[in-house]
Amino acid sequence: MIAAQARHVGWVLRSNPITAVAAVAATLLCFIALIGPSIVSYDPIASDVASALQPPSAAHWAGTDQLGRDVLARIVYAARLDLAIAASAVFLSFIVGALIGSVCGYAGGRIDRFVGRLVDVLMAFPLFVLAMAMVVALGNRVENIVIATAIINLPFYIRFARAEVNVRRDAGWVEAARAGGEGHLAIVLRFLLPNVLPAMAVQISLNLGWAILNAAGLSFIGLGVKAPTPEWGIMVAEGARFISTGKWWLVAFPGLALMLTVLCFNLLGDGLRDILDPRMRT
Amino acid sequence: MTAPDAPLLAVEDLHVTFTTRRGLVEAVRGVNLSVAPGRTLGIVGESGSGKTVTAYAITRLLDSSGRITKGRIQFQGMDLVQAPTRTMRALHGAAISMIFQNPRAALNPVRTVGLQIADALRAHRTMTAAQARKRAIELLDEVRIREPEKRIDAYPHELSGGMCQRVVIAMAIACEPALLIADEPTTGLDVTTQKTVMDLVARITAERNMSVLLITHDLGLAAKYCQDIVVMEQGHVVERAPPLRLFSDPQHAYTRRLVAASPTATSRVEDLVPDASLAVPLPPLRPKTKPAPGTAPLLEVQNLVKRYGETAAVDGVSLTIAAGESVGLVGESGSGKSTISRMICRLIDPTGGDILFDGEAIGSIAAREFHRSPLRREIQIVFQDPHESLNPRFSAFDSIAHPLRRLGGLAGDALKARVEDCAKKVGLPLDLLDRFPHQLSGGQKARVGIARAISVGPRLLVLDEPTAALDVSIQAVTLQLLERLRREENLAFLFVSHDLNVVRMMCERTIVLQNGRIVEEGQSRALFDAPATDYTRELVAAIPMREVA
Repeated sequence: MIAAQARHVGWVLRSNPITAVAAVAATLLCFIALIGPSIVSYDPIASDVASALQPPSAAHWAGTDQLGRDVLARIVYAARLDLAIAASAVFLSFIVGALIGSVCGYAGGRIDRFVGRLVDVLMAFPLFVLAMAMVVALGNRVENIVIATAIINLPFYIRFARAEVNVRRDAGWVEAARAGGEGHLAIVLRFLLPNVLPAMAVQISLNLGWAILNAAGLSFIGLGVKAPTPEWGIMVAEGARFISTGKWWLVAFPGLALMLTVLCFNLLGDGLRDILDPRMRT
Repeated sequence: MTAPDAPLLAVEDLHVTFTTRRGLVEAVRGVNLSVAPGRTLGIVGESGSGKTVTAYAITRLLDSSGRITKGRIQFQGMDLVQAPTRTMRALHGAAISMIFQNPRAALNPVRTVGLQIADALRAHRTMTAAQARKRAIELLDEVRIREPEKRIDAYPHELSGGMCQRVVIAMAIACEPALLIADEPTTGLDVTTQKTVMDLVARITAERNMSVLLITHDLGLAAKYCQDIVVMEQGHVVERAPPLRLFSDPQHAYTRRLVAASPTATSRVEDLVPDASLAVPLPPLRPKTKPAPGTAPLLEVQNLVKRYGETAAVDGVSLTIAAGESVGLVGESGSGKSTISRMICRLIDPTGGDILFDGEAIGSIAAREFHRSPLRREIQIVFQDPHESLNPRFSAFDSIAHPLRRLGGLAGDALKARVEDCAKKVGLPLDLLDRFPHQLSGGQKARVGIARAISVGPRLLVLDEPTAALDVSIQAVTLQLLERLRREENLAFLFVSHDLNVVRMMCERTIVLQNGRIVEEGQSRALFDAPATDYTRELVAAIPMREVA
């Protein structure tokens, strides 16, 4: 079974080299986020004014910022924080959204209509502005950024799960499960959800990139993580002040990290669906 | 000019190869066939025989992974294999046209049928919109659509399946092609609709001296409407003969199997599989013991009603099934047979009436709660499409084990033993139990579905078109299997089907439904031999029968 699974993953990666590149990049990224901070030799917070604003060099590969902190070290530390925020936000909205969506898709009727309108209302707001408002109202803390990002992601998961469950609810195997003595709730949780997860995995990967952008965006306008903490959005915001004087590395490197991360998750999406879908296996 | 008796279409040594994930697959391996002007050639075979691929190769409409690797297709003096795409486009519709299995899918849902017929006309002829409309009305009239002036502005969803297929036929004949390729044109249509559609095709093509290539899995249909039949198996043509000879004296072993497996008015379940190594041994029928007077029948349905809004899908149906009895439920689509079977299975709630199982009223238990009832295990169901009835994420073992876990409370070794026992009963090799549905063939999936239904030892099995999605040879074995299980386990069957030949063979009693009401019921043989109502008579007459020599 495991060997077959490995063969299948190998086949997907071989037949789709872009997925393979994205998978390698994503693995590398997670690796950096996990153990990067213990490898880099500079403190990301302690300032060293003597060596402020140095361009990239052998000692500081990505240069130093206005307080003399090593930019590369800050990028590496920030990777952990940004990925953690994005991953927990997406995880949260995925779990909650999949549950609400599949119950609506299965039950239909009044619950479905009510939740559907609620989602419509939520989506009528510009989502980033909504996230800003939530962070302002709840307080400028990491967990609130996670919650705000999760809530603005929620409508996509609810709609997606609803649509996927809705087309399957009259399938023979669902009726067979009922004839086999399964109640409605158990059917949603144990039969329908596992079947819609592969399709939703694509959504997770796409949303991870989006959630990272969202978190960085909040920090960029001063509503996210607070200043001395290394975070890509803050780094870009702070660096932007120096760009007119030619200190490009303050913006370019964190911006590049952000861009590559988002790109990598977007590219991973389709490959993930192929890997997770049992019907794609031989 | 070709000689008058030269074939219109001659396929010589055709090979088609598909590039798939597991390498090259040869779907058609050296097919030879020819169609003379004005003749109808049937291509029969089971799924995977290459019959549809052959047709698509002739029209050069293979999908991008398929390639004609060898052979010639002579049509009107040219070789279509070598023809450039532009030539083929000019031929499509004008010289060769096709009608497909699902007429709704072949029509554009956002354009009126009149415009679509006009499109077909104006693709090959220069004519004004008004001329095209006038001709479209004539064409609708020719395919026997009543009030064509009104229907021409209808959208496909406003027409029934049979009407849609007639519109597709109108489009196909619009430019007077010489060859019509009909790929399973009536699969999914009711038997009476099938008859009108096929009669129409036969009349129109005879009037215009068109040649027809009829691709079908239904031997009866091919026998009735074709002058010649080729039988295909695994990409080869194994036999070619006129229908009468093909059925009375099949030469090839595969043809013999196919002919035996196709039920006719006189078939018996025992005879469906001539090959002794494949046949399922049937135990002798049990002598019927009259139930003691006063005991309730196994199932008693009284005045069952199901309404959806204003319309009644089921309108006052009463029936009984005795223990061990098999009762057929037949009728056309929309007659309410599926709704009745789901109400009896307690998967949906009736609007009115009662369902008594073993004398106990179960109609009033909400379908939502019925899974907790001790009677849940007594009534089980086998679904129409074996693929669609298996959870894609469950292995065969899990699918069979599920009701045992939930209703039988089995686990561990006892569960494993019982699942294996069920698999043996339905003839499913034990090493397939680890496989997922997409790794099983249609027949194997059907066995898993049956094993799941009998695993908890029900006394009533509802069979909802259990073989409609299966090839005839697999249907034959599946029907034998069901019959054996019924005899061994003394199961009662409610057998829902649109295939009257199957019902006549499998059921002691038959109930005929129309628009949610029972129009006739009685002993199967008597009912089919001498129908009492016009509706039943029409149904019986519409079955494409082949001559039994």
